[in-house]
Order: sequence, then C-alpha cells, then structure tokens
Amino acid sequence: MRYLPLTELDRHDMLAAIGAPSVESLFRDVPEAARLNGGFDLPDHKSELEVEQIIGAMADRNMAAGDVPSFLGAGAYHHHIPAAVDHLIQRGEFLTSYTPYQPEISQGTLQALFEFQTQVALITGMEVANASMYDGATSCAEAVLMARRITRRDKAILSGGLHPHYRDVTETQTRYLDLEIVATAPDLTGSEDLAALIDDDTACVVVQNPGFFGHLRDFSALAVQCQAKGALLIAVVPEVISLGAVTAPGDMGADIVVAEGQSLGNPLGFGGPYVGLFAAREKHVRQMPGRLCGQTVDEDGRRGWVLTLSTREQHIRREKATSNICTNAGLCALAFTIHLALLGEEGFRKLAALNHARAVQLADRLSNVRGVDVVTDAFFNEFAVRLPRPAAGVVSELAAQRVLAGVPVSRLIPNDTGLADILLLAVTETTGEDDMDALVAALGEVL
Amino acid sequence: MAHSRDLSRPRQAGSPVAARDTVLGHQGLRLEEDLLFELDSPGLSGVDLPNVPAVEARLGGLERRSEIGLPGLSEPEIVRHYTRLSQKNYAIDMGTYPLGSCTMKHNPRLNEKMARLPGFAGLHPLQPVETAQGALELIDATAQWLKTLTGMPAIAMSPAAGAHGELCGMMAIRAALDARDGGETPRRRVLVPESAHGTNPATAAACGFTVDPIPANDDGRVDVAAFAAKLGDDVAAVMLTNPNTCGLFEPDMIEIARLIHQAGGYFYCDGANFNAIVGRVRPGDLGIDCMHINLHKTFSTPHGGGGPGAGPVVLSEALAPFAPRPWIVHDGDGFALVENDADTGDATPIGRLKGFHGQMGMFVRAFAYMLSHGKDGLSQVSGDAVLNANYVMARLQDVMTPSFEGPCMHECLFDDRFLDGSGVTTLDFSKAMIDEGYHPMTMYFPLVVHGAMLIEPTETESKRGLDDFIAVMRRLAESARAGEQARFTGAPEFTPRRRLDETMAARKPVLRWFPAAETAEAAD
Repeated sequence: MRYLPLTELDRHDMLAAIGAPSVESLFRDVPEAARLNGGFDLPDHKSELEVEQIIGAMADRNMAAGDVPSFLGAGAYHHHIPAAVDHLIQRGEFLTSYTPYQPEISQGTLQALFEFQTQVALITGMEVANASMYDGATSCAEAVLMARRITRRDKAILSGGLHPHYRDVTETQTRYLDLEIVATAPDLTGSEDLAALIDDDTACVVVQNPGFFGHLRDFSALAVQCQAKGALLIAVVPEVISLGAVTAPGDMGADIVVAEGQSLGNPLGFGGPYVGLFAAREKHVRQMPGRLCGQTVDEDGRRGWVLTLSTREQHIRREKATSNICTNAGLCALAFTIHLALLGEEGFRKLAALNHARAVQLADRLSNVRGVDVVTDAFFNEFAVRLPRPAAGVVSELAAQRVLAGVPVSRLIPNDTGLADILLLAVTETTGEDDMDALVAALGEVL
Repeated sequence: MAHSRDLSRPRQAGSPVAARDTVLGHQGLRLEEDLLFELDSPGLSGVDLPNVPAVEARLGGLERRSEIGLPGLSEPEIVRHYTRLSQKNYAIDMGTYPLGSCTMKHNPRLNEKMARLPGFAGLHPLQPVETAQGALELIDATAQWLKTLTGMPAIAMSPAAGAHGELCGMMAIRAALDARDGGETPRRRVLVPESAHGTNPATAAACGFTVDPIPANDDGRVDVAAFAAKLGDDVAAVMLTNPNTCGLFEPDMIEIARLIHQAGGYFYCDGANFNAIVGRVRPGDLGIDCMHINLHKTFSTPHGGGGPGAGPVVLSEALAPFAPRPWIVHDGDGFALVENDADTGDATPIGRLKGFHGQMGMFVRAFAYMLSHGKDGLSQVSGDAVLNANYVMARLQDVMTPSFEGPCMHECLFDDRFLDGSGVTTLDFSKAMIDEGYHPMTMYFPLVVHGAMLIEPTETESKRGLDDFIAVMRRLAESARAGEQARFTGAPEFTPRRRLDETMAARKPVLRWFPAAETAEAAD
C-alpha cells in the first residue's frame, strides 16, 4: 500500500517495544461482537492508474460548463481562474497545514487570512470581516443569528429576492431557536417594499444584491428605515465580482454583509467547496461567528498575526459560543485572496465591467429573439427572461444540443406556476460571441 | 544541524535578535514579507483581460464610484509574495504533525489531480442532472462506501465540516423526537462528556438543547453508572466521541446505546476519531443513531490551513426520514437529485443545511482515497495508526506521564505531571518542540487532565520518523527535569516569529490593514 510507510519488520519491532503480541491485541477494548475481522464487502486496494481510470470515466460522463456554451448562474459562476492561483494554493505549506493554532509556525496562513479579511472589508464597504464561513447560504443563516444576538429580537424578514437556498438554509438552521422567519414571495419584478414589515420585534431584514432574479437595487432608504426601528440590515451578495462595478452594500448602510466568494479563485466544482464571506461593523465584532485573525507583535516587537477574540468560539465558550463552526473554508479563502490580489483595483473593476458589458450584449440579443422577454431592467451579469413555455423543458432540449442555457427558476422554486416560464441567464468574461450565437440559434430553433 | 547559539543560556526578553543584524530583516532562507497592501503599485494588475465592449450600462445608477483600495501588483510579485508566505508555515509535507484529534495524515496528490478533472471542477451545481450523471454516480458511490464502513443504513452528504455534520445529526434527532412526541418534544437535555470537543455542546445549544456534562471514570471512559443516573424522560440524546478524546475506546458503547434507547433518547457519535477503527469496527454495530465523518481527517482531504472540510452524517433507520435535502436517488434511467420538499415523498427532511449539494471536491478526494486503500488498506490504516500511537506511548511513558493506562487507540494522552517543579508548562514544552522542527501535539485538550498533551502520529509516519520524534521528546523531557528552563520559556527561537502577544491582539483588535494615514488618524 503506497501510502503506508511501515514495513512488516517495523511492525514486528514496534510490537516488541510495546510488549503486545499483535496489532489486534491493541484493540482489546473493542467488544468481540463489534469486531469485523474482514467481514464486509468492499474491493481491495487499487493502483494509482486504476483509480485514475475509474474516476476519470465518471468525470467523462459529465458535461463541463467550461466545454460548452454555458449561461448557468443562480449563485455559482463560471469565471476564469489565473493559473498562478491553483499553483500557489497547492503548495504543500498551505495545502497540508492545519488551522493556525501555533502562530509562530503558521504566519503564512495567518498573514494571508489578514489580507483576506482586509480585502473582504474593502470590497463590501465594511469595517471588519472574519476568516471565512462554509458558503454564502450558511453565512446568511449565521448573520441572522448574529442580528438576533445584537438586537435581542426574534424576528427576521427575508426578501423575496433572496436566493431560495439561502432562505432554505436560514429557515433550517434557525428552526429550533424560536426565531420567527417572515419570508416574502419571490420578487420577480424587483419592486417589493419591505419597510412596512419592520416592527419593534424585527431583528433584521435580509436583502440580496444582485437579487435572485438579477435586479440591482439601492437599499440606502431601507437601511435608514431599519435603523429607525432598531433593526439591522443584512445584505447578501451571491456574485462577488459585482462589487467591482456596483455600489458596496456597506456604502448603502448595511450592518452585516455576507457573500458567496466562489467567483474569485474557486471552480464551480458542482457546488462546493466554496467560501462564505462575512463582514460587519466593528462595534459588533464580538458577536461575529467564526475565526478572526488579528495583528500583534512577537517578543522581539516584530509585527505578526494570531487567531484572536476566540472567547466567542466553541473551543472556549462551548454551549455559549456565537456559533458551532470550527473548520471553515481556509484554502478557498486563500484562493479568493490570491485571485483578487492578482486582479488588483484595476483588474477587479475591469473584470466586473467586462461581465456587465457582455451581459448587456446578451440581454440585447435575446430581446430580439421571438418569444423571449427580458424581465430584469437593472442587473449586473445575470438576468431573468420569460419564455413562452416552461423553462425547464427548454433547458433540457438545449442541453441535448450541448448548450447549457441557464437555470430554470422552477429548479429552485418548483411550485410557483407564475415562475415556471422564467429562466435565469448568467454571463461572465468566459462567455464569448460564439457562445451567444449558439444560444440564440438554439433558442430560435426550439421556441 | 549546528546551532551557533547556546540554548542553555537564558536570554533576556526583548534582547536583540539576529534578524535585526541584516539590512532588510531577512535571515538567509527566512524571508520577511510585507503585507500585500504595502506592495501596491497603483495601476498594475497581474491579470490581462480582453477589452470591455462599449455598451450602455444597465446598473440602475448604482455604479461603484469611490476607490475600493485594492493594491496593484504584477504576477511575479504575487507569486513571490505567496511563496514567501507559504514558507512561514509548518505542514504535513514537511514533517510529523502530531495534532491529537486532528488526524494530520499524508494528503495523496492523486486526490488533488482527480478533484481537478474538468468533468468535476467545471460542473455547475444546477446544470440539468442528465448532464452530470458521472458526478451523481461518484457522490452515490462515496455514500455507499461510507455506509458500508460505518454499518449504517442512511447518509446525509451535504454537511460542510464536522461541526456542520453535528448540526445535521442533532437536528435530525430533534425532528425525530418532535415527530414521536407529536409536537415540540419536552426532551431538551443532552448528555455530553466533559472531555468532548467544544463543537458538541455548541451544536446541542444550536438545536435548542441544554447541555448536561457526564463525568469520566478513573480510566478515562464514560462512568456508565453516573451516565445511567442522569437519564430521564427529559433526555434527548447523548453525544459521545468514540474512540474518545483521551484516545481510548469506550468499551461500554453497546450498554450506553441500550440505556439511552431504553430511556427514549438517541445516540449521537462524534466520528472525529474514526481513523482508529476504520475497516475494523462499524459504529453501527455499537448501536449508535448517527455519526459525522470528517472526510478531512480519516479520508485525508487536505486541511488547507483551516478547511474546507466535509462532514457527511450516517443515520439509523429511525433518523433517516429526517435527513436534509438534497439526496440522490437512482432508477433504471440513472441518477436524480431530490432538492425540494415537493419531491421528498414520505420523508420529512429537516430542510437544507447548505447551498447546492455539499462539498463535491472533497467527495472526489475521499473517494480516490477509499479506492486507493480498499478494504485491505483501510483496515491497515487503522492498525498502523493504533500501532504508531502505542509505540510512541510505550517509548515515552518512562519520561513523560501518560494520563491513562494503555493500550491506547490512534492517539496517546499525556498530562503535565512530568513537568512538576520544572517551571516548564505544557505551552513551553510545545514551543520547544517547534525549535526542534516539529509541530506540537494538541495542547490543553481534552480538559479532563491537567496540561494535556494529545499526540496523534497517524499511520503515514514511518518508524524512522517516529524514532526521531521520540528521541526529541525524550531529550526535551529530560532537559525540563534537568532544570534547563530557558530552553523552554524562550522558545521558539528558530521561527519566523517568536511568541506572539495574544493578549494585546484581543485587547485592541486590529483585524485588517489600514493605510498609514488612516492608522495615524485613528491613533489621534
């Protein structure tokens, strides 16, 4: 077995040093009835070549979004990742290290986390950010729980523009915590007004920008209305590239910003692992979930970094912790940081502008396709269209022609007949003219 | 290796160090590196992008106008920056990483290669399932392996890490109790050993439960009589790690399962230490109701400096109907995903715990790991892991103080009695290990012994490597007893940074970089 360095002679010598007759004898505390002794049905070990062949064959049975024209989005986006990102995150010193609990020999991970936290704070327009969460959806649930701790109120209002998975995860994670969730109906037109729902019991209002149907909205007025009622405004950003082109939620007055960071540095990967971003106002930092990296000095007065404010966390506070999270998304956060570092101010803004411009081009082209009605007016790189028949069927037909035409809303909101014909289409810098040609031609054929 | 400095000589705190003797603070291969933000050349970018087509913007007047503040650097500068940072880390690839309860084993590179196949890395989670059959097949196959290895009938694949898996399992227990009691269950007490991971009580609280500690007996195991005395009709569950955090198998698991079930509660098993028994013992045969599996421990997906992980949860028949969406079904036509309540049939899932379908990239790696090892290799994994830990314990027990009598499982626990009167603490001892080229073991956990040192070598350490480690530990233990205190209290010395001021970090938190001008303003 190529991964196991002990030889039979080693095992023999080691047992002698222990004074045990056999490896089996070391398992003496295991009840006899629970010992398998090989009694289960799995194949024996395989060579590296055989494993590659088996898994490679499974990979070949999939249609990768990178290989065909793809317009899929709805919370996960196909972007180009510079080669240096994957090279650097595969350095063993990053890849095979643990959570930086011993700071003297983890300054690399810690400094990178400090840079990550700074980048997240800058792009969201917030004061502080943590060292990452599992993904955007779980960040959203944690933000609602944080708002409850801060306000000591028990009601959360979720916008109809919130991604259905984020809503679902938030409802699930809070279901045993006596929190009232008021989720409004899907907001296809991007015109809902949540202000009237805010009352004295409201801990937070959760909005998303761009919304699930692609709408960009200015939440500045809502932020003021929240503040007047003592509620917090939580802004969700499902596509972080948008922050290079669109006013930051922090500048609209959000109290907590959560985001899905996948678009920077992380492949689509069929949904994970991704990286949740979590940013807040500094005054609320002690109510934040997750790890925080902080600056300090060493014994010689040199600048360095440590994990800090850990009295919020489960390994210290146990049942009184702000969250049960332990392992987060460290390496995905590193990929995010390196990608954004490579882009820099100019590159990030240009990438965002490119995404938007290409999306505008596609929207213009689709509005000329018979039977297609573009629903979203103001958007970043994703918008909704209405088709003359159920979108799921159209998407399947186009997939058979090797065009991944987008996400039918019915995939995520199955029982709303008013939404059955709605298709979400996303465009990124990877979408070329020929991809758009293929989509327009295929749609023209099937509609 | 020859050290020019006399380690036995006490050093004054704050005395000049060699780092200051060089122009830039570099010391040979030990290179200082500024923050990214301090390397800014405005206007530079490490990415060349195509030209932006001229279109009329449709951002609804929400153009971001103010500067964001991101620094500009070229690709060579970025590659050098993060390469330098990487060299300030210790890692499994460099040496023994004996962090107890963390299972820092070798991460096979084949697994990285497999996860990066375009047929997985390039798949969108919401593309039509007929275009992702191979991906669903892989998830399903991984699920089958995990069910077989644990002897459990059902599994939830979506949890993102161990603690997330705990949340999944404990929510399923809460849902099962609510269903059985026809409304909100009055059972709200969860029994958790004092030696448990902090995530256990934190998770119980996140499901609306209260936590009641169970004491250990003198052998480091659950005191079954004390446990039985705590049972009652308000008890929802027991959460138990097995092998436990003292590195010991709980020999009364079957009796504990019988007692908790008789009392009407469920049995949650924390599977963090599954590496000790994989391929040899099926937790299902011990009577548990659910267990999370840290793929980033037992199944070697890389820790990545703190994640990502994956924490699938195996479930008993009683809890299976409450597993979260999504899950995979298959019929003659292939695989499909159950994602929405409309399609869940008789099941009553707790809901959804994560966006999309779980940590696919981790499933690919874990599957490659399981195929590579097979049935024979996996039982060899647990055998060698346990052998290595017992070897370390046997070779150190005369100079250090094991907390409990052996044999241990995959990790061995020492306390700080051997340091009594030496003026050296567990922390000092750990820092001295760093100077010797090792990552310290887990310190001060579990909480049930004083100054805990929990050593988990894992099966991927060679005997030669263990002998070196043992020689270092023996020398350090002897050195502490010989009164060579300075070697410990001054450690580490040969690291990019010496001990860091954690009190200062927490008292005046600086959690991000600010431009120098703003920092000066803030100081005013």
